[in-house]
Amino acid sequence: MSIVQSVTCPICGCLCDDIELTIENNEVVKVKNGCAICEAKFLGYRGHHRIKTPLIRKDGKLVPVSMDEAVHAAAEVLANANYPILYGWSSTSSEAQRIGVELTEEVGGVMDNTAVVCHGPSILGVQEVGIPTCTLGQIRHRADLIIYWGCDPWSAHPRHLERYTSFAEGRFEKSEWKAYMQKLKAQAGKKKVQSATRSGLIKTQPPRASSCTLPGAPPSALSKRGRKLIVIDVRKSMSAEMADFFIQVEPNKDYELMQAIRVLIKDGELDVDKVAGVPVEYLKEVADALVNCEFGVIFFGMGLTQTAGKFRNIEVAISLVRDLNMRTKFLIMPMRGHFNVTGANVVSAWQSGYPYGVDFSLGYPRYNPGETTCMDVLIKDEHDATLVIAADPGANFPKKAVQNMVKHPLIVIDPHMNATAMLGDIVFPAAFVGIEVEGTAYRMDHVPLPLKKVVEPPEGIYSDEEILRRILEEVRIIKKQKAQQKVEAT
Amino acid sequence: MVEQKLKVTLLTGRTIEQGVGKEKGKSSKEYFDACSMCYMDAGDMAKLGIKNNTNVLVTTANGSVVLKAVKYPRAATPGLIYIPYGPWANAVCSHATTSIGMPSFKGTPAEVEPAPTKKVLTIEELLKTEFGR
Repeated sequence: MSIVQSVTCPICGCLCDDIELTIENNEVVKVKNGCAICEAKFLGYRGHHRIKTPLIRKDGKLVPVSMDEAVHAAAEVLANANYPILYGWSSTSSEAQRIGVELTEEVGGVMDNTAVVCHGPSILGVQEVGIPTCTLGQIRHRADLIIYWGCDPWSAHPRHLERYTSFAEGRFEKSEWKAYMQKLKAQAGKKKVQSATRSGLIKTQPPRASSCTLPGAPPSALSKRGRKLIVIDVRKSMSAEMADFFIQVEPNKDYELMQAIRVLIKDGELDVDKVAGVPVEYLKEVADALVNCEFGVIFFGMGLTQTAGKFRNIEVAISLVRDLNMRTKFLIMPMRGHFNVTGANVVSAWQSGYPYGVDFSLGYPRYNPGETTCMDVLIKDEHDATLVIAADPGANFPKKAVQNMVKHPLIVIDPHMNATAMLGDIVFPAAFVGIEVEGTAYRMDHVPLPLKKVVEPPEGIYSDEEILRRILEEVRIIKKQKAQQKVEAT
Repeated sequence: MVEQKLKVTLLTGRTIEQGVGKEKGKSSKEYFDACSMCYMDAGDMAKLGIKNNTNVLVTTANGSVVLKAVKYPRAATPGLIYIPYGPWANAVCSHATTSIGMPSFKGTPAEVEPAPTKKVLTIEELLKTEFGR
């Protein structure tokens, strides 16, 4: 039995690097410090869903084949394709992503990563107006106002609050955990009293908290001392339950709400009672809190990038932060999903000049979101082959995109038998990056962190990097042979 | 009065159960339970005359899917349904990218009707029906 400390968790963009694993007989048997998803991954990665050998679809069924046969078949597909899509890249190491760019250039395809269905619009917004941001360490130690807009960290980044924001014990700002626990206890007590009143044990109705019942007066939660947490979302999520102040915005109206707050922080007047379903006096309280904080930060998620407005929402959010910086210190950061989606953007940008949706079909990199992004290529059915690595578009792309994807040969590289692998024509089993293979990943604030190898991969299972390298070598051999045949024929 | 159909706004997104399920495997029971359901407002469920955990048919311009309707536990969300990310949500999501590459996963108009006799398809059945594999 051995204990490995400071393991980086390969799941979400938080990249928590304080995980402690107990290893016994080349297997993880205990996980310390991780969230529920982290435990599910480290304890369940060897489960029944693991792909054990390379597979090729023959007569409609996936049958086991040798690695060499699968590599040759995949290389044949890619070398003969006119416009293949190479998609995914977000749950693998930056080392594998780098070979991915080389492979895409070699086969003249489109390289796109999961940012296209995630924070692609954020990147477009940033390209329009820039981004005032920082590392998570600064926020942990200094931020006294935290806003989560259109995201639910409790569900998607479970330790974000604990490690970087409200519940983190910073050098200058303290954790709000105790205050939150007291609030929970008070709420539980209130519920008990209400239930006792209903059942007749208490005869008189206890007086209600005055702050919420006065007509028109917003709750004064934002006047408290210490770190303040505001959640803005279309529904009361788990994170909203933890917030000091929750604003429920009507779906698809975040843009209006942000513009209204921009007016208020510039001391403008709004001649309406409500914006996006939120009373203006509530917004005034938020605007006051924004202007009066010392170090504020907005984290935003899919609630902004996938709703009406898309990248315009991000543009206006960044403009709001820019306006706030005239009055105080304010920053903004996207809540990146996959553990290395930031790395996929970084690697793609340093290799080709563009962060996602890069088209190599003309022999040089071209970037035109809406045309060269894989979703548009799929919907228009312009591709003639697809390679999917470290992502699951079969489960997470709209139906029409997947229907077009399976019309043409589909190569899948993944450790899991996920929905895409179930639909695939050539399937490669890969080793888990961050468990069975080491590598580099970029945290959501662009800090690169090393991923550890804690156990040996099963026999005959290679890393993404190794599989891609072998496919690339085979593609080069096939292309050389074809060129020779052409010369001989003429 | 009980209504036959209800017009709602469809949202999709993450839940912690979906996160745990995806790590346990896409064909695991945990993933099926977490993703083949939709959260609905208790008032909306009463309007349709259905109880918690009844199957419903969700239809949009892009297709329809049978899901288990679960009462949203935290607050009233009238006019909204929430499906966790997964193949069930994507059976009805809009693929319109508005020329920037991003489909419209949130805020799609949808209709919900009770379907207590219809079965929620497993991931294998769903992929077979939609993609023939």
